[in-house]
Amino acid sequence: MDKSTVIQLIGSKISSEILKIPGKVIADKEPLISSGLIDSFSLVDLALQVEDLFGVRIEDFELNVDTFDTLDQLSDIILSRINQ
Amino acid sequence: MPNFSSVLYDHYKKFPDKIILHLQKAGNEDIHLSYKELIEGSAKYSNALSSSGINPGEVVVIILQHGLDLIYSYFGTILNGSIPSIMPFLTEKLLPEKYRKDLNSLIEITKPTGIITFNEFQTELSQFNDRSLVKKILISEEINQGKQLVIDSNFSGFSRKPDDIVLLQHSSGTTGLQKGVALTHQAVFNQLESYSKAIRLADKDIIVSWLPLYHDMGLIASFLMPVLTGIPLVLMSPFDWVRAPHRLFRAISEYKGTLSWLPNFAYNFCAEKIRNDDLEEVDLSSLRAIINCSEPMRFSSHEMFLERYSRYGFKASALTTCYAMAENVFAVTQDGIDKPVTIDVIDLEDFQKEKIARPSSEGRQSLKMVSGGKPIAENKIRIIDENGRDLPERHLGEILIHSNCMLSEYYLRNDETQQSLMDGWFKTGDLGYLANGELYISGRKKDLIIVGGKNIYPQDIEAVIGEVEGVHPGRAVAFGLFNEEKGTEDVIVIAEIEALETDKEALICDEIRRKVTQSTAVALHHVLLVDEKWLIKTSSGKIARSANKEKYLLEYVPN
Repeated sequence: MDKSTVIQLIGSKISSEILKIPGKVIADKEPLISSGLIDSFSLVDLALQVEDLFGVRIEDFELNVDTFDTLDQLSDIILSRINQ
Repeated sequence: MPNFSSVLYDHYKKFPDKIILHLQKAGNEDIHLSYKELIEGSAKYSNALSSSGINPGEVVVIILQHGLDLIYSYFGTILNGSIPSIMPFLTEKLLPEKYRKDLNSLIEITKPTGIITFNEFQTELSQFNDRSLVKKILISEEINQGKQLVIDSNFSGFSRKPDDIVLLQHSSGTTGLQKGVALTHQAVFNQLESYSKAIRLADKDIIVSWLPLYHDMGLIASFLMPVLTGIPLVLMSPFDWVRAPHRLFRAISEYKGTLSWLPNFAYNFCAEKIRNDDLEEVDLSSLRAIINCSEPMRFSSHEMFLERYSRYGFKASALTTCYAMAENVFAVTQDGIDKPVTIDVIDLEDFQKEKIARPSSEGRQSLKMVSGGKPIAENKIRIIDENGRDLPERHLGEILIHSNCMLSEYYLRNDETQQSLMDGWFKTGDLGYLANGELYISGRKKDLIIVGGKNIYPQDIEAVIGEVEGVHPGRAVAFGLFNEEKGTEDVIVIAEIEALETDKEALICDEIRRKVTQSTAVALHHVLLVDEKWLIKTSSGKIARSANKEKYLLEYVPN
């Protein structure tokens, strides 16, 4: 799986399942957490969506801006775990 | 007469080595705190306050993250006889400028003479040194280095009288921070006496909590009550819990927790957002009550929770409810302790049209109302209509309360205090009805939004939206809409915009979302941009929130 596919898959999942704005396009480098686009109650949801889509786990202590804040950064984490 | 300091000291004298608090933080070993350690750690803070010239009866604002410092500083302020007030912590999402503005309004109104914070935050606060009554900004790291003191009964806090103010409670946001609920030692003790009886609090209980301490359910039920009554408490960080809600159940299993308070949304959240893998070996059979409180209780939320967790030993009899508010210290009613929570099945149409809760008959659409229970001892409830007349049972009206644990005042806000009282009764602004002496909550008279148990004032959101370019100033409305799936309210915003090309609309929407989240830490569910004159105004030219909510429901929500 290449990076753009990962970004596209998780981006559309966030729009439809978390933000409930299907069709909204989130830019690769748009801040997700620090901007408040994803609120703290939805962080767990994000981890569960990633697990469903890619079978890799984002740990709870990783759900913060220090670990990732954009689709670009999140997809790097996902890819590194898929390839492990 | 006892006060907080003397009660804490008595526990220390009688049971110095009793572990009263187990403090959890993700990635760290649990800290087990005895009364001796608690009072010794707190004494350093008390000493630092008194050395800084901060007197009994003066307000101390505490800005610290979950941890030992927060606990020591709270009781240290009490031991000094000063009045602690916890300010929510600045999170990465909040805009610093907005936070500063809120902090400013808190400081202007409550006139603290001391602020306790951590080193990194010091510069953020230095501005208050010059232009306020603040005598000193105290740094927790420095205080912790202080020398160990001899613990005796010489702390200034021992001379506080029962009717002196012991603490302030605030809800969040610019509006909430301007109304500090001032409570006396006696009011808190009265509440603890009535409420511990209502929930049959006993020595074998263990309370487990993830709630923040700046919230009444966290501060009173899940912090002060256990420490002051000698019931062990397991306390985790709200920050950790929201990212890993299974931690609560792990803590309950490990410590054999018997009691836990949760806002309604947490039932849905825990039922849906926890992996089975994370629940391995979880055992909830020790729980004798989880108490649903601080936002409207839903039957469906209880059902979801029970269905998911009965296989982990959770008992249906442990589902309980409570109606509470900071202005009454905490609880007003409680249900589900000696009997199952009453579910009142009422006729939907009669309720909506006539505002009367008639038991439903077959073939009619019905509504399942969850009881909050009967008033706890020394608490009374009245239901009144818009003209202030008392209503009979099953008639919907505003809930008024009277008790021996009410607020003394909104601190230094005589105007707000007077407005909230009617002949000694506190006007809650909540709507409900009584049936067989039990209270059912159905909504609010005042325009308050509750998201995940947290109070959000719509005027704070509307003010922020007015600053977005392209939005007509003063032409925006925010309101809450209950989301069955989440078990809490969604926030909806409607804003009138200047005629623009449609491609700008998406930008305005994004900007509104961003600004609102940065100022209130809440994500908006729906931002609706409308043309000029869409919003309904009252005869006095104010935007009518409830009328616009009705219009939104009619035009945008199916059924």
